[in-house]
Amino acid sequence: MTPVEIEALRLSLKVALWAVGVSLPFGVLVAWLLARREFPGKLLLDGIVHLPLVVPPVAVGYLLLVVLGRNGAVGGWLYDWFGITLIFTWKGAAVAAGVMAFPLMVRAIRLSMEAVDARLETAARTLGASPLRVFLGITLPLIAPGILAGVVLAFARSLGEFGATITFVSNIPGQTRTLPLALYSVMQTPGGEDAAVRLVLISIALALAAIFASEIIARRLTARLTGKKPRRGR
Amino acid sequence: MSLIEFSAQRRFDSITIDASFTADAGVTALFGASGAGKTTVVNMLAGLERPDSGRIVVGGMVLFDSDQGVNLAPEHRRLGYVFQEDRLFPHFSVARNLTYGGKGGYTKDRPVDMGLVTKLLGLAHLLDRRPATLSGGEKQRVAIGRALLANPAILLMDEPMAALDATRRAEILPFLEQMREQLDIPIVYVSHNVDEVLRLADTMVVMGEGETKASGPVAEILSRIDLRQWTGIHDAGTVITATVGDQADDGLTALKFNGGALQVARLHLTPGRQVRLRIHAKDVSLALEKPNKISVLNIFPGKILEVSQTKGAQADVRVDIGGASWPVPIWAQVTKRSATDLGLAPGTKVFALVKALAVDREDIGPGPNTGHS
Repeated sequence: MTPVEIEALRLSLKVALWAVGVSLPFGVLVAWLLARREFPGKLLLDGIVHLPLVVPPVAVGYLLLVVLGRNGAVGGWLYDWFGITLIFTWKGAAVAAGVMAFPLMVRAIRLSMEAVDARLETAARTLGASPLRVFLGITLPLIAPGILAGVVLAFARSLGEFGATITFVSNIPGQTRTLPLALYSVMQTPGGEDAAVRLVLISIALALAAIFASEIIARRLTARLTGKKPRRGR
Repeated sequence: MSLIEFSAQRRFDSITIDASFTADAGVTALFGASGAGKTTVVNMLAGLERPDSGRIVVGGMVLFDSDQGVNLAPEHRRLGYVFQEDRLFPHFSVARNLTYGGKGGYTKDRPVDMGLVTKLLGLAHLLDRRPATLSGGEKQRVAIGRALLANPAILLMDEPMAALDATRRAEILPFLEQMREQLDIPIVYVSHNVDEVLRLADTMVVMGEGETKASGPVAEILSRIDLRQWTGIHDAGTVITATVGDQADDGLTALKFNGGALQVARLHLTPGRQVRLRIHAKDVSLALEKPNKISVLNIFPGKILEVSQTKGAQADVRVDIGGASWPVPIWAQVTKRSATDLGLAPGTKVFALVKALAVDREDIGPGPNTGHS
């Protein structure tokens, strides 16, 4: 691989890992709220969480620019108090990727949480366990496969993020030029077809590796949860 | 003061719950048809459903009081709950399921420990297994053990055998009887199965249409014909308390009660033990004269107390077969035609006939003085 490709690959991985890692606790929290709680404004929260899925990514990028830019309400505050700049940096790219991937993550975790028999949780309560202990000891282990699915989906979505990223943090080599943006750049360059093919192959290899890894982990998790031996092949 | 003082009201769309009862040590059966509100009452005891109003006190601890604004969370109520389904944690081994409740920080003022529970419920060989590999009966035994090991002040059991087939049920009932006799733990047992109630319970509370209709000793309640529409026991019977006599060489056992002795076929009962036995009303025949040359072994002289006409072709006749100082009223079910032909009326002297083979194991439960030693 050329240094440019390695740089784009490393940046993509960094952005995706941070995007998923930081949004995961929030994803679990929101999924739990939506799956297990009734509260006023639940429908609104559900809608807001799903917005990035239905709004054009460029629009999301624009909104991020308005809110998180140096002059934005939150962006200005982040800079004044913590010296954090999101715009035109890899951190901003991670934020864009995380926001775009969030609905997919929440959906997967929420589905698995809804599949967990709430009666197990009540049973645990009658055995003297606090709600927190029930969540950590019963709910969380049982939704582990769903969390894994959410993480993989979000990771894949983050790797492919383009529209919101280029709108929010532009296309800066070494800072915000992830694989899809690098691919876009070489396609804009005359004679860049070969480079484009290589970047596409790298993207495919990365996605396949993530899927295989998650499949292996999923089998082990299922085996641990049910006490059965992992199945070989399918 | 009773161990359990329960009074709660709540309106649902389909039913209004308005239940109140008290219960003491021993096994209290909450009995009634499905939809009568039994599970709701138990859930209210456990803190899983909140009454609109009322007051629930267990062992002197106020669990719920709408006037004082008290509503303890389920984990603070110290009540073990065995559900209709086993509700075992699928990702834990049997051993970890059993010990889950013990970590809740309960005081160890009850001598229920792992060794006793595994022995009592026959779980020793299952400890390393996962719930998915257990049979239905084994799962429910683990669920009972898990609830016991949380050291609850009382144990709630909501039709714990409802999800099991007859074979599994027969397999688990002896474990419940063992538990009842060896552990000094009060149990509230929800059931719509009269055989279970007879074999396990001391007291019963009858529920119907969301209300508590009657409560009292099992023998008394089960013999009350006016509760039929709530108990759904159209095959009304009489429950009497008797002492097991010696077994004769021909396999018959005498169950002695005030008024005589009932010969029953071999039932493997310990002599001297007190039992409750049910005599189905349809198994009792009536004769105006003492029949001779008849195969029926149990013939009791008695006097008719009342004849109640029900719908259909049958009549329920209550006959006192006890002595003058100690009445033993039993129910007999005969056809209306026979009742008319024989001129059965209150005061008529009759002989009540019960076949020895009519009483079987399902009809016999522990007497009021057994257990809780």
